Amino acid sequence: MKRVAASAVLLVALVLAVAGAAVGAQGKAKAPTKLTVWVGWSARELSVFKKVVAEYQKAHPEVQLNVLGNFTDDQKIIAAIRAGNAPDVASSFNSYNVGIYCGTGGWIDLGPLMSKAHIAASEFPPATQYYTQYNGKRCALPLLADTYGLYYNKALFKKAGIAGPPKTISELTADAKKLTVRNPDGSLKVVGLDPLIGFYENVPERWAPAFGGQWNDAKGHAILGQSPGWSKWLTWQKSLIDWYGYKNLVKFQAGLGDEFSASNAFEAGKLAMNLDGEWRVAFIQAEHPTLDYGTAPFPVDDTQSSLYGSGYINGTIIGIPRNGKHTAKAWNLVEWLTTNTHALAELSNGLRNVPSTSASTTSKELTPDAHFATFLKIFTNPKSGTSPIMASGQSYTNLVQSFATKWQAGQVKDLAGGLKTLDKQLDAQVTQAKGGGAP
Amino acid sequence: MSPWLVGFSVFFGYPLVMSAYLSFQHYDLLSPPRWVGLANYRYLFTIDPQVWTAVRNTLWLIAVLVPLQVVFAFGIALVLARARSGVGIFRTIFYLPALAPPVAATLGFVYILNPATGPVNTILGHLGIQGPLWFQDPAWSKPSLVILGLWGVGNTMIIFLAAVLDVPRQLYESASLDGAGPLQRLRWVTLPTVSPVILFAVILGVIQGLQYFTQAFVASGVASGQASQAADITSVNLGYPVDSTLFYPVLLYQHGFSDFQLGYASAMAMLLLVVSFAVTLVILFNSRRWVHYAGSPR
Repeated sequence: MKRVAASAVLLVALVLAVAGAAVGAQGKAKAPTKLTVWVGWSARELSVFKKVVAEYQKAHPEVQLNVLGNFTDDQKIIAAIRAGNAPDVASSFNSYNVGIYCGTGGWIDLGPLMSKAHIAASEFPPATQYYTQYNGKRCALPLLADTYGLYYNKALFKKAGIAGPPKTISELTADAKKLTVRNPDGSLKVVGLDPLIGFYENVPERWAPAFGGQWNDAKGHAILGQSPGWSKWLTWQKSLIDWYGYKNLVKFQAGLGDEFSASNAFEAGKLAMNLDGEWRVAFIQAEHPTLDYGTAPFPVDDTQSSLYGSGYINGTIIGIPRNGKHTAKAWNLVEWLTTNTHALAELSNGLRNVPSTSASTTSKELTPDAHFATFLKIFTNPKSGTSPIMASGQSYTNLVQSFATKWQAGQVKDLAGGLKTLDKQLDAQVTQAKGGGAP
Repeated sequence: MSPWLVGFSVFFGYPLVMSAYLSFQHYDLLSPPRWVGLANYRYLFTIDPQVWTAVRNTLWLIAVLVPLQVVFAFGIALVLARARSGVGIFRTIFYLPALAPPVAATLGFVYILNPATGPVNTILGHLGIQGPLWFQDPAWSKPSLVILGLWGVGNTMIIFLAAVLDVPRQLYESASLDGAGPLQRLRWVTLPTVSPVILFAVILGVIQGLQYFTQAFVASGVASGQASQAADITSVNLGYPVDSTLFYPVLLYQHGFSDFQLGYASAMAMLLLVVSFAVTLVILFNSRRWVHYAGSPR
């Protein structure tokens, strides 16, 4: 009897052990894969992103997403890749370093993954297609886009007797002068348009599209000295600055509020027109909902009227750092975030950035807004341009900015000669960045 | 192995050797270093369009700021050494700015020297004087940094004060008995006695000038209006206005940590090291003519 009881106890123990092991194994199989995602957004914007990502999380219990915000600096991403503890998915607020990420393999090539998932690059407008690749290698995809256009103060326009937004540079110049108000001592009280490079969003690459300024030839050499758009832009810009008085304008600028605050000069009515991104619509809505303003494509060179409607585009990019352990699952998330119309529409509504596929720009889920609609049109305009993607990253456009600031301050006497020298410097910089040293 | 040797090897020897090694490599942080010989140095000396601007700005700063800092700190020390009452309060007041973190101090100066809203130009305006554009004007941005540097001269001042108070009284008494007036006592007693401290301040000032970074980095970002705080600063506005605050270490930082060209930045660092070493040697060699050490014949 004792032997039977002992056998029974042993049998029960065996059954329990097997069952426990099976449950354990099942539990292990169901344990979600942890994916870390780094994004630049913080505070309210981060919560919008997290809310959208939560939908993905709900539909994909096999992954556990850990979204971390405030990664606005690419240095952190590069340091993490070097240290071998990069996130599974990383994003950058702009495309300036795509040349570095793709060129070095820091972010993996998404081309094969896109082919496998039957995603064509043509789902994205041309400018975004361009700024997410380098030398044909696509290591990033656009995750929303920033599109630039003209903001104009309707109340100030009405006061100055101007009917509508300018469409050409001549009209823009005339309106800017008309809208400018000076104090009795000659200092500037209200400025029609501030063209100083370095002010708020004013960098050369955002002005070049309006003048048709080209960056490179087919071989990638700089052609700023040959492309008439650049000298046209710089000549016009300097003449308007001189009309205000360089020092007058700098002093006026020094007294303006921070760009990303409620005292932003356009929102505060100190600037009648401004070149700005689509996100300003949300800022105005939150900070100055009663501001009477309009948005329009930025005016273009009088002799290139076909450019009207286009603008400058850049924006957040997203990719997969190398040496990741969960590439397939990371790709699934990247694919969903960058191509799912619903996700893009939700993000766009929350962040008021432009949704980055052509299809999502016409989504019925997008909250209608006349001001914002302007930027959706600029985004899909085939003539819209972006920054050059070069091996030297942001230093390429920084060098152009350095030249432009010298020019506007009156330190460059020979514009044509200066641009030709700049071309040589840009080419040398790229050669150096590729590791070729001095040419 | 002694702890000193470990510390020296890890924190000085290894970084120095690595910098020298990387200066001959193409290294973008993400790809393995690749030998490029003297290419980085060739680019540095013959092509980089910003490097000579940075060198000129750095030399300007050293030439102007170092002598002014030494004279200013020495002057305050002399005055404080003669003070009869409120000595503790005045010493504290003059030393206090040295305790301010450089970032906070620079933000404060950019604010008070704001040409449109700052209190300095407002007061000047009330006096009928049109104030300069300070950090916003390429002609005034470096002088503005010099004013900031003079404001924070407390550390040097304290060292000078200790040296001045350490001058033996009997030397002054002997000089007075020989008919020396205050200026002659300063020239023939105080200055020779504190000359080793002056040498120390000059060498330290020159090396700090060659490494000048934080104040320029913060001032350019905030004054350009593109950053409301130091953490927002990007490479876009380094050197603002018009590259006038683009100092050599700022450019080095830009190439190394914004452009991710660490091989090239290492070549720049090696040049900085050699120049610092050479300048220090020249000053030390030259100092034999004007530095007097107690007990040694002049």
